[in-house]
Amino acid sequence: MTKYAVELKDLCRTFKTRAVKGTRKKQLVTALDGVDLRIKEGELFGLLGPNGAGKTTIIKILSTLLFPTSGEAKVLGYDVMKESHKIRKVINMVSGGESSGYGLLTVDENLWMFTQFYGMPGKVARKRIDALLRIMELEEKRNVKVRTLSTGMRQKTNMIRGFMTDPSVIFLDEPTLGLDVNAARMIRKFIKNWIRAKPERTVLLTTHYMMEADELCDRVAIINEGKVLACDTPENLKRLVAQESTLKLEIRLVKDIRAFENIKGVKHFTYDHNINAGLTKLKFILDDDAIVSDIVSAVPKSGSKIVSVEKVEPTLEDVFVTLVGRGLVNDI
Amino acid sequence: MAIKQNLRTMKWAAWLGWQMESNWADPFLFIVYSVAKPIAGSLILVVMYTIIAQLGGDTDPALFSFMYIGNAFFMYVMLLLWHVTWVIHDDREHFQTMRYIYIAPFNYFIYILGRTISNIVITTFGVIITLVFGVFVLGVDIPLGAINWPLFVIVMVIGLIGIMAFGLALAGISFITAKHSMGMNEGIGGIFYLFCGVIFPVSVLPGWGIAFAKILPTTYWLDMIRRTMGVGAGVDPALAGVSMTSSLLILCISTVAISIFAVLIFKLGDYIARSKGLIDMTTAY
Repeated sequence: MTKYAVELKDLCRTFKTRAVKGTRKKQLVTALDGVDLRIKEGELFGLLGPNGAGKTTIIKILSTLLFPTSGEAKVLGYDVMKESHKIRKVINMVSGGESSGYGLLTVDENLWMFTQFYGMPGKVARKRIDALLRIMELEEKRNVKVRTLSTGMRQKTNMIRGFMTDPSVIFLDEPTLGLDVNAARMIRKFIKNWIRAKPERTVLLTTHYMMEADELCDRVAIINEGKVLACDTPENLKRLVAQESTLKLEIRLVKDIRAFENIKGVKHFTYDHNINAGLTKLKFILDDDAIVSDIVSAVPKSGSKIVSVEKVEPTLEDVFVTLVGRGLVNDI
Repeated sequence: MAIKQNLRTMKWAAWLGWQMESNWADPFLFIVYSVAKPIAGSLILVVMYTIIAQLGGDTDPALFSFMYIGNAFFMYVMLLLWHVTWVIHDDREHFQTMRYIYIAPFNYFIYILGRTISNIVITTFGVIITLVFGVFVLGVDIPLGAINWPLFVIVMVIGLIGIMAFGLALAGISFITAKHSMGMNEGIGGIFYLFCGVIFPVSVLPGWGIAFAKILPTTYWLDMIRRTMGVGAGVDPALAGVSMTSSLLILCISTVAISIFAVLIFKLGDYIARSKGLIDMTTAY
């Protein structure tokens, strides 16, 4: 029987806003509108959506910071309404785009204090802090006060705080928001390695960076205006918008083009000789990705050599645009 | 296991509180501030007493001792009312760590208690300086040999629990307010200052004021503090008729009652905040 790290059933959350000036009426804003999701243990699951889509609301509910208005939310089988104390023992969370941390403490003091709040034995805590500081390249900053750190370093410290307790489920709410390319890349690499090293752990990542979701996530749910519009692997989501994929090859001037004709599974085939450059550009529209190897192995038969291969696929951006009707801003 | 973890939480919360209180300046400046602040507070009281004495045309050393002791120990009241609430406000608004603290698998009451302990220690330092300054410089009459130390310690502990309970109730309210809880602390502190016989006897209050004072545990706490220290006897006729045992009993019962009330208010505030999504709000106050 599949064990779920996270289960959301018909989850709804509304917020009352302040009354509009001049009226007594409060507005009711729907942040989540009947969300159903199941995240398996060991998954790196992404919630992809624009600002205000409801991603953070889901994270807040799951991390016991917020009650749902209706519906059910469970973490490792524990109900967020009734068993928050059990959930807190097995989770942690990291939010991006904030400047949290006790600035008057050093990096090491901040981290150590949290290990003690989580009841971690001293030796284990020390070992984990040291290892994570090394991975995040913050060793030299361990005795520096948090208030003097750059945004990227603060976020790395925040990541260490979240991961050092070795949670069974970790919620990452836009962890790379506002970071420079290098810091964001380091954090993505760290997340990937962490889940690879501990496959039984689960990561729920919210992001509005398409590339991040595509690169990291086993499955992605696209969410907009509190509703899940689609949920699948990035590959399958892309297939939603394109049943076919495109393969482009650049080869040394081909002698016998017939080697590429009539390959089973090729829907459409075009070529273009560039005699001056001594190259031939081939373009295949495929029914199935499995035949890429057949095409590549046909190159030697044609008496030529491969210069470059490019598989052109629809992106999550295309999926998002198709489902939501508009694109995301600030993509990286 | 749970006790061990609670003690650990308290220890590190107290350490954090101490860092916050002491880490903002170099140690020398911090010590100067810690000594100068209570002494300055005492001198304000001297000015107040001088004016009262001149208006009355007489000086009464017992009244001055009454005022001085009341004022010294009232430091705990203002501190605890303020600081217990400030823990939430500070974590939420200033350091923005509230969400991480809140989801940590520890007892949040223990965390607040720990954060407050460091302030109790600092305030105790201030109270001692105030008393020493009063005895040796201002001539406040505290008969050291006559102090009933065991009872004094018991009264201190019960009193601090009671005041902390008031603070906890206010902390519960601060979960759902932005800056207003701070004003509320000062307002309630002011009410205690006025009605609990801090610098003038309860007996000078109007009838309704005396009745109100007699339902406040802080009134009995300050009265018991003075009695165990042998200070201000006969200054306040409104409480003179209440025996030491009765006063202690009232203090105990009211402390238990306010503690239960405070926990309920705190839990209610927590529930409302979690329902409305206010736990980790930042309002820039």
